[in-house]
Amino acid sequence: MSAAARSAPPTLALVNVSKSFGAVRALRDVTLELHAGEVHALAGENGAGKSTVVKTFAGVHRPDGGEVRVDGEPVTFGGPADAQQAGVAVIYQEPTLFPDLSVAENIFMGRQPRSALRRIDRRTMHERTAALFERLGVALDPQQPARGLSIADQQVVEIAKAISRDARVLIMDEPTAALTGQEVARLFAVTRTLQEQGCAILFISHRLEEIFELCQRVTTLRDGGYIGTDPVAGLTPDDLVRRMVGRDLDALYPKQDVTPGDVALKVDRLTREGAFTDVSFEVRRGEIVALAGLVGAGRSEVARAIFGVDRWDAGLVEIAGSRLPVGSPTAAMAAGLALVPEDRRQQGLVMDMSIERNMGLTQLRSLRRETGRGPLISRTVERDRARDWALRLQLKYARLTDTVGVLSGGNQQKVVLAKWLATEPTVLIVDEPTRGIDVGTKAEVHRLLSELAAQDLAVLMISSDLPEVIGMADRVLVMHEGRLAAEIPRAQATEESVMAAATGRAGTGKAA
Amino acid sequence: MTVLAQSPPRPEAGGPAGNGRRLVDLVLRARELSILGALLVLVAATTIANPRFMSEQGMKDIFLNASILALLAVGQTMVVVTRNIDLSVGSVVGLVAFVAGKYASGGDRSLLLVVLLGVLLGVGCGLVNGLLVSFCRVPALVVTLGTLYVIQGVDHAVAHGEQIGAADLPSSLLSLGNDSLLGVPYLPIITVIAMLMIGYYLRSYSSGREFYAIGSSPEAAGLAGVSIRRRVLTAYLVSGGLAGLAGVLWLARFGTVVADAAHGWELKVVSAVVVGGVAITGGVGTVYGAALGALLLTTIGSVLVVLKVNSFWQDAITGLLLLLAISVDRLLSLRVTKALKARSRSAGRPVRTGGAEGRAGAGAAPPGTTPPDKAPRDSGPQDTEEKVRHDS
Repeated sequence: MSAAARSAPPTLALVNVSKSFGAVRALRDVTLELHAGEVHALAGENGAGKSTVVKTFAGVHRPDGGEVRVDGEPVTFGGPADAQQAGVAVIYQEPTLFPDLSVAENIFMGRQPRSALRRIDRRTMHERTAALFERLGVALDPQQPARGLSIADQQVVEIAKAISRDARVLIMDEPTAALTGQEVARLFAVTRTLQEQGCAILFISHRLEEIFELCQRVTTLRDGGYIGTDPVAGLTPDDLVRRMVGRDLDALYPKQDVTPGDVALKVDRLTREGAFTDVSFEVRRGEIVALAGLVGAGRSEVARAIFGVDRWDAGLVEIAGSRLPVGSPTAAMAAGLALVPEDRRQQGLVMDMSIERNMGLTQLRSLRRETGRGPLISRTVERDRARDWALRLQLKYARLTDTVGVLSGGNQQKVVLAKWLATEPTVLIVDEPTRGIDVGTKAEVHRLLSELAAQDLAVLMISSDLPEVIGMADRVLVMHEGRLAAEIPRAQATEESVMAAATGRAGTGKAA
Repeated sequence: MTVLAQSPPRPEAGGPAGNGRRLVDLVLRARELSILGALLVLVAATTIANPRFMSEQGMKDIFLNASILALLAVGQTMVVVTRNIDLSVGSVVGLVAFVAGKYASGGDRSLLLVVLLGVLLGVGCGLVNGLLVSFCRVPALVVTLGTLYVIQGVDHAVAHGEQIGAADLPSSLLSLGNDSLLGVPYLPIITVIAMLMIGYYLRSYSSGREFYAIGSSPEAAGLAGVSIRRRVLTAYLVSGGLAGLAGVLWLARFGTVVADAAHGWELKVVSAVVVGGVAITGGVGTVYGAALGALLLTTIGSVLVVLKVNSFWQDAITGLLLLLAISVDRLLSLRVTKALKARSRSAGRPVRTGGAEGRAGAGAAPPGTTPPDKAPRDSGPQDTEEKVRHDS
């Protein structure tokens, strides 16, 4: 960052901003300055106030105290439209597009080029969209509907929208959470281009290595409070984690050494047309086996098929020696299989239901049996069990009757885990167990998985987080384009060997 | 496509990606065409069975009957596209028909004033709906169900058991309902003009596109700075105003009006709109489709009469058609989504697949019915085939 950038007032800044929601103080005296030509990271655990900062910049929230400044001048954003007017563009983790409208319309909504009589000039709109995509170096068709675009492409559309508005400030809220390595690289390239063109950029990510790769300065928040702003160059990842968490983390990957027991899950030549082919592997009791690969390689599909959500076309699945029928989650659960799905909001939880009810969902039958009241469920038993699990997993909550929606991402994940652990499974499949979870909770989830494995549970962990795969797994299975590309034992698993197999460059490892 | 063809980085534009595009285009455009096809086949088949069906009077009756329904469907489309619903239109038609009739039969009234009174009364009802839905954020289904009953009650109170007789109405009003311009009755002309105006506005104006944006994703619309409340209010005002106009046209066409005129029409209108390809979950559909849907439903009614089918069957058939339309839409939307995904994949970028199925069925709650899948819906060739099989 040059001296010139420093002397000019920051393009966009929060100065001593506070914001409360009811009794919760989301932000206390936070100061954050975004300079032109700089990528600034915002770090903090979930619940630290990052989203509130983003929404304040975006004009969604108005600060209770302090100021928002544009070019050094205090401003009041009455709504998102005002922030956009000031040149602020926000790219959310889950882009918000109009699925039914074309990509071009998504970009130009409300600002369509006009011809005579203020009509929309569709041709110009499509040409400009194509020009934007060319500038960003992506091949998207301006006229295709936004539905069906990958998350990465949706983000590109959002970025194109920002550029078309001549945004001077680009705020990216966890843009990489759902992207593959390749897509992240493309996003970074685009970001650097914008940075060179003088954009001020705020970048939020849970992946520390991305902060170190992309950003020049980092501001840390903890529990809504401002911890500090530092040049990234002088920091180590450990420093940053300490700032975020406020204490030294125990090892992030507390994998205990185990001696694997009997085969708990056996998958033999499993094939589902169009999704995966000839997948064979075993998971033993006490083992954590990671299923790695690029997003779209067919990992989640394998998990869904094993659990019976999707049918498989050929092959067999055995739990502790007994064969599972095709396409029956009920049978899979009865056999001792539990699946913690990747998308906890959509598939793992009923967001509007209470914590205790969510935890009880998998045990409706046993809740019924225990009461001895015929078809009625005992709410007391349900609550007692929920309290037990909340304690065991160190769930942070106010009341068990609160809806799950109010919990932070990490705590939501714990509820999903509790819900499935309560079924006392032999095999636990976890799909992206720590996506979107802050560092502190992540370590807790890892410790939990490790403990469970030590207690003879067989764990199959699908993950795109390479350090997690390397750190947690006894063995790493790598999928590439629907096939098992490699099986790598713990000792030989490195980020390089896993990535090589995941991208289809693998000669190493035995093909299954 | 021309733009695409010029951009170098996509060598496979004509390959699977091109197919995906073609399928989507076809599906998006085919809805209106497939209804039109079904309509033509229906008319042809009936004419073969009974040649008198195609008589001038027969056709004229169908168009006259369809125009009021189509006018209401056009207004309803604006509301449904924003992911709302207006169930009060039937009651508005009844109220306006009676009040305007009472006013018109009170002396030598100018036609313009009668129409103005009707439209204003309708706009007033729309204002109540719109304010409650957009500013008080009460779900549209509940609001308009409430106003449906309230307006009906007011209508009955005003009518007090009386009825309007054609003999008391000014001749200018009656001629509006029964005379023609160059052989085409006035009613369909009015409907077509309203449809073209609104259709053109929705397609070609920035503010018109915002109605679709709101229905497609209210959240995204808010973030894009679309003034959601204003647009939703506008939709209800238009729907109310057109219902008012339809009330006057009802009076002009039938002359004799009792208090429960157009009773139960709200569901007919919604059926027409859905059969016409407007997604009940918003964001998709055109006024042309909705008007064609109205024409199709009306034609089926006439066909059943001509074929001497018991009129009780008419409701059942309307219902079947509705179910057919929705299930075909659903099937096609799944197929289209799949094609689009396959397309993104073939463009060399991995696609997230794991959570997609779950996400597809989990949008925001729709105003009333059906799982909220909002893929580009609409029907393709199968649709026509099935309808034909079922109708003939």
